[in-house]
Amino acid sequence: MSEKERKNVLEVEDVVIRFSGDSGDGMQLTGTLFADTVAFTGNDLATFPDFPAEIRAPQNTVAGVSGFQLRFSKNKIHNSGDLCDVLVAMNPASLKTNLKWVKRGGTILVDEDNFDDKAIEKAGYTNNPLYDDHLAQYNLIKAPMKKMVREALKDEKLDQKSVDRTKNMFALGILYFLFNKPLEYTFKFLDTKFKKNPLIADANKKVIQAGYHFADTIEAISKTALVPPANLIKGKYRNITGNVATAWGLMAAAEKSGRQLFLGSYPITPATEILMELAKHRELGVKTFQAEDEIAGITSAIGASFAGSLACTTTSGPGLSLKSEAMGLAVIVELPLVVVDVQRAGPSTGMPTKSEQADLLQVLFGRNGEAPMLVIAAASPADCFYAAFETARYSLEHMTPAVLLTDGYIGFGSEVFKIPKMSGLPEIKPPLAEPNTEYKPYQRDPETLVRKWAVPGTEGLRHRIGGLEKTNVFGQVSTDPQNHELMIRIRKEKVMNIQKRLPLQEILGEKEGDLLVVSWGGTSGSVRSAVEYMQKDGHKVSHAHFRYIYPLPANTLEVLSGYKKVVVCELNDGQFVKYLTMNFPQIPYIQYNKIQGLPFTTIELTEKFTQILKEI
Amino acid sequence: MIQFIDNTIEKSPYKLTKEDFVSDQMVKWCPGCGDHAILRSVEKIFPEIGYKKENFVFVSGIGCSSRFPYYVHTYGFHGIHGRATAIASGVKIANPGLSVWIVTGDGDSMAIGGNHFIHIIRRNIDVNLLLFNNQIYGLTKGQYSPTSALGAVTKTSPYGTIEHPFNPGELVLGASGTFFARAVDINPKLMTEIMFEAAKHDGTSVVEVLQNCVIFNDGTFDYLTAKEVRDDRLIILKHGEPMLFGANKDKGIILRNTKLEVVKIGENGITVDDILVHDQYSLDPGIHLMLAKMSAPNYPVALGVIRSAKFPTYDDLMEEQIASIKASSKIKNMDDLLNSGETWTI
Repeated sequence: MSEKERKNVLEVEDVVIRFSGDSGDGMQLTGTLFADTVAFTGNDLATFPDFPAEIRAPQNTVAGVSGFQLRFSKNKIHNSGDLCDVLVAMNPASLKTNLKWVKRGGTILVDEDNFDDKAIEKAGYTNNPLYDDHLAQYNLIKAPMKKMVREALKDEKLDQKSVDRTKNMFALGILYFLFNKPLEYTFKFLDTKFKKNPLIADANKKVIQAGYHFADTIEAISKTALVPPANLIKGKYRNITGNVATAWGLMAAAEKSGRQLFLGSYPITPATEILMELAKHRELGVKTFQAEDEIAGITSAIGASFAGSLACTTTSGPGLSLKSEAMGLAVIVELPLVVVDVQRAGPSTGMPTKSEQADLLQVLFGRNGEAPMLVIAAASPADCFYAAFETARYSLEHMTPAVLLTDGYIGFGSEVFKIPKMSGLPEIKPPLAEPNTEYKPYQRDPETLVRKWAVPGTEGLRHRIGGLEKTNVFGQVSTDPQNHELMIRIRKEKVMNIQKRLPLQEILGEKEGDLLVVSWGGTSGSVRSAVEYMQKDGHKVSHAHFRYIYPLPANTLEVLSGYKKVVVCELNDGQFVKYLTMNFPQIPYIQYNKIQGLPFTTIELTEKFTQILKEI
Repeated sequence: MIQFIDNTIEKSPYKLTKEDFVSDQMVKWCPGCGDHAILRSVEKIFPEIGYKKENFVFVSGIGCSSRFPYYVHTYGFHGIHGRATAIASGVKIANPGLSVWIVTGDGDSMAIGGNHFIHIIRRNIDVNLLLFNNQIYGLTKGQYSPTSALGAVTKTSPYGTIEHPFNPGELVLGASGTFFARAVDINPKLMTEIMFEAAKHDGTSVVEVLQNCVIFNDGTFDYLTAKEVRDDRLIILKHGEPMLFGANKDKGIILRNTKLEVVKIGENGITVDDILVHDQYSLDPGIHLMLAKMSAPNYPVALGVIRSAKFPTYDDLMEEQIASIKASSKIKNMDDLLNSGETWTI
């Protein structure tokens, strides 16, 4: 169809779509396919899946609603957006759960056939919301999807169940029409996915086309939207989730350091995908060990590190608690180790599929004895690649365990990732001891205090290390009081020395002003969006987003000192603000916290900042 | 026994001696502790095993036994309580060219480390595990352990325990173990032979050493090992030989219906030909389990290699899988991976 024939095309900058349906409705796939198409057509994008912990909760219940939010834009964007322009609701329960996320005047696309009395009642509605004034403020598109797909596929040799399962593709066809997107990328995907079953591939394609034509004919759609390609830096791109980016960052560090990658891990939401991704890559020599529990996950990694690997373990909050003792072991034996904590809402099992930033204090202080280690927090899905790479790099080069903090929001979420060249990444040079040299386990580089790594099998370096306190230099078991204090101080200073290599803390905006907004970890995108909004509005607001947590960047105090007010925004009850207060008590912090398992929205942040500015 | 070892671990280019493995550390076990005998057996057998001395690694957990790595001159890692098996798994998977030895006790491996113990065995990772079983917690000064006999009076069971103990052999075979042997600290010759067999076996080799704690559980194995009873209460199994015991080797084990039975040669028409012949290499663990479970007073306790069955090891399968995927994959490095799949250029 040429542009001329298209319905009234409206150019827009930025669109948020929320796909929602029953857990079995295929909403994650539908969202991913739409995301791929917008990526291929040059938009910047970010996605966030929002799904329940249950695999298939009872059909048509609010508990079983699975969602996928996607934002695409002609501009560079930092998060997957707050409220949506379009909500796809495949059943009454998903409408009920998600209506609060729709902009006033936004579009709602529903599968009308699913709004029967039983489903309406299960969702907790008393009347059919499609026919009372419930949705009067919205542009409602009612599509009888079940009827339409059955009609479209009436000549196909497919069973009823398979036919009905294509409904999500019908919705996808409607969206492609609404946003003037080509069908070819999805068709290509279907051809590859159903190579062995072309019947299914063809049926899905037919249904997409049926949805597309349905949208073209109905009155409810009077205009369509076009988001022009974003002006991204030239280069090669791909879409990537935070968890895959973490896995690849670790693999990149292994290649750069010439060390084999070992992952000891136990499946736990939302970190499991890192284990699954690394398990795929035997071709690059990755050794994944699915351990019997969290403790075996980390201790096998410590063993692999002793044996010379870049060793990692991946987990989430409850798993991190179980690993605490072993993390202390890694501290005292001074071996490299990367612990990835994809944070989720706690305490205890909490809300496994929901995000939170409440493991920070556990990571900093949750071990017996004085046991400091490097802590880095990734800022976005694509940043997980660089944050994982850096964490591994400093861990290897400074012979210290290190924690990489991400969270469910950026772990599951995806964004456009400019593909780096391996030659452009920094070299990694672990301090390996040379064979047949005089080796003392705790002899240190005088500058960095880093000890040397003597790998079993190397001639002339036999030695013993372990969890008992050892004498400095010689590594003999010792309870000498002076030596213990010395070792405690050395181990801390060794980690603090990494500060000299860290980049200075950056500020988005002026170095002085009315308000500094501080954030850390996975909230970077939402906080930055809100700060940019305030700046455009003419406010003297700046943003400092922290990736390096322990040690903090060397200029942290200077950064915090230039403003009338400093607000620290976190998805917890105020953990980073406690840590900053401990380090820099002279700054009068304001804290802004949200503990709902959800990311910040730009609206609530800007409201908070506006309120603070009024009080100045 | 076949007196050579055939695997991929690099051998020493020259003959090693006991002195190559003697540590310069002061050995701090109590005088008379059974651990000393185990240490001497290791020092004696390691040169015979013949790997390059840098290829031996000792990994331990917590407890008296777990101080072992400090007392032998190899690469060593003294871990945390119960986790030696998991740490050692990582060492061996990371570098299959190492000969990995775990030293653990009945508390370390049967209680706090029970989970890792059964799983390393199930995976059949090629390590050797020396389980020092003294049926007591020694380093914490005398509490009962998971192998203490029912009714044992200890500091935490002043009225006797009310728990049934584990038989480590039963646990090993229950976890699909491929190698189980039992030794006793007063018979160092048998102990060294068993350690050699353990090294030779590809897979998780568990060697239970009945070991006397002179301070907190002294004489707990006297009912088996005292001079006047040991010939009747212990049987040393040797592959291919009939299961005979007693001072005059006139008692034996037969299989009647589904049970083992102790018989006397010459009584009821029994001859040596009726006696079971030990097959340590049998893949079926049925008889091995019965042998491992034999206990006084109805049976002699079995020593020697009870089971040594050949099954693929985790570390071999890992290396084979990597080699085969590498050979068939188009992705040769990270640049290939980063640029694979759905990408677009702006």
